[in-house]
Parts: sequence; structure tokens; C-alpha cells
Amino acid sequence: MIAAIFFYLFAILSVISAVMVISARNPVHAVLFLILTFFNAAGLFILLSAEFLALLLIIVYVGAVAVLFLFVVMMLDVDFAELKAGFIKNAPVGALIGGVVLIELIALYVAYGFDIGAAGSVQSAIPSTGSGIDNTTALGRVIYTKYVYFFQAAGLILLVAMIGAIVLTLRHKEGVKRQSIAAQVARNPKTAIEVVEVPTGGAILPSAEGKG
Amino acid sequence: MEIGLGHYLTVAACLFTLGIFGIFLNRKNVIVILMSVELMLLAVNINLVAFSYFLQDLTGQVFALFILTVAAAEAAIGLAIIVVYYRNRGSIDVDDINMMKG
Repeated sequence: MIAAIFFYLFAILSVISAVMVISARNPVHAVLFLILTFFNAAGLFILLSAEFLALLLIIVYVGAVAVLFLFVVMMLDVDFAELKAGFIKNAPVGALIGGVVLIELIALYVAYGFDIGAAGSVQSAIPSTGSGIDNTTALGRVIYTKYVYFFQAAGLILLVAMIGAIVLTLRHKEGVKRQSIAAQVARNPKTAIEVVEVPTGGAILPSAEGKG
Repeated sequence: MEIGLGHYLTVAACLFTLGIFGIFLNRKNVIVILMSVELMLLAVNINLVAFSYFLQDLTGQVFALFILTVAAAEAAIGLAIIVVYYRNRGSIDVDDINMMKG
């Protein structure tokens, strides 16, 4: 009973906040509602006894992705009101296509039912609750053995994403003075000090080469 | 009242549909489109975890984990592209993204 109440709480809240994500006028609000959606989805995951994934969802999405979205929304000086221009105009097409997808999904469920008794053999069973193995341990035992290559590939994907993001956004501004360690180390008294004879009553402009 | 697989699949279907609807609704705003894609990926994750629970098979959770990884990478790259694009064009309107048109 408690589980059912919490399921409906999380489900309804996640759907409502998803509606707010796509309809919010202010993109900052949209990001905050996205965070709410992810929190409620994490609650659903906990109800499904996938505790590790639930907390991972909060850490990765709320801690990293949503903050990244917030940064970009706040950093870009975009007139978001103007981007809302076609909002009403596009709604019928979106409702049509979304409705078609929803009807297809419902038809699929109705046609096949929710009976999973005909499913194939279990690949890697979830250990029973009495066995003392928690979700994280069980998941680790599968990931690091059976799916170790996928795990490595996931790491590579993250590495590529990190390098890609850095390469894309890093830029060298012209006219910014930077420290050149090689030039500093290579200095010696001969190049660093210049003795000039100042003629009486005259002036010497500093030469460009003498500056370190 | 028993909460079955169907309930979870229904929530996921709603979220997925809302993601699709959001892409059409905010056709000009790339950031909201990216958020809609995240919603759709979340719906897929809910499906995977629900099936994992009701089949008592951990494989679904493993794949949800990998989807999470790919979604995070996708968001990072997508937002980096948006930042670079904004730097070049001063706008993030999807209608302006036609420079690669042949």
C-alpha cells in the first residue's frame, strides 16, 4: 500500500514536472523542473529496488548534467522570449506526432499485454533479498565480469566526450599575455641586461629585443 | 493495490511522449530540445529498470547504467557545440543552423 502511494506520488510528480520542462517560459525554470523530474525518477528506481542507479541518476544528472545546462542557459545571453515564437504554431504538429507515438505504445502494450512470463531465460539474476548481497555489489559483480568490455567502452566514450568538449570550447585569445617558462629559463645576463649609453640631453627609446 | 510492470511502462510512455512533444513545441530553442532528449532517455531508463525488476534480471540495470553514461556524454558535447555555435553566430535559433547546407 505504501509502495503504491509512493509510486503514484513519484509518477504523477515526474509527469507534471516533465510537462513543465517543455512548457516553461523561462529556461532556468525548465532546467529546475528537469532536476525535479530526475529526482522523482530516482524515487521510482528506488521503488524498483535499483538503489545504485537511483543515486547514480541523482549524482550524474542533478550534480553534473543539470548544472551544465544551468551554466549554459545562464552564460548565453539569448532572448528566450523570441525563441518561444512558434510555440503555439508548432503545438498541433507536436500533439499529432506525440499522440501517434503514445497510441502506438499503448497499442503495443494492449496487444502484447504486460505478461512477461514468456520472456527468455534470465541472463544474470538479481540475488534474493535474504542473500545479503546488496544492489551495488550485485551490479558490480555483473559489470566487472560479464560486461567489462562495455564498461571500458563507456569509459572511452566519457573520455572522448571530455576531450571533445574541451577542444570545442577552448579558444586562444589574441593579445593575452601568457607566461613562457622556456623563455624565462633561457634568460641569461647577456640577453636580459642591455647597457646603453645615453647621450647627454638625449633619450633612448627601449628596444623591443631587449625585453624579456 | 499491486503496482505492476504496466504502471511503470505507462509512466515511461508518458515521459517519452512528452519528450517528443517538447521537441516539436520548442523547435527554435536547442537547449530545451536537448532537455527533451534527456527526458526521452530517462523514459527508456525507467523501462529498462522496470523490466529488470519484474524479470529479476540485472542486465536491464547494467544497460540503464550505460545509457546514463552515453546521455551524460551527449549532453556535454551538445552543450559544448551550443556554446561554440553561440560564439560564432550570436544566437541559438535552430532555424539559423544552415551553414552546413550543401
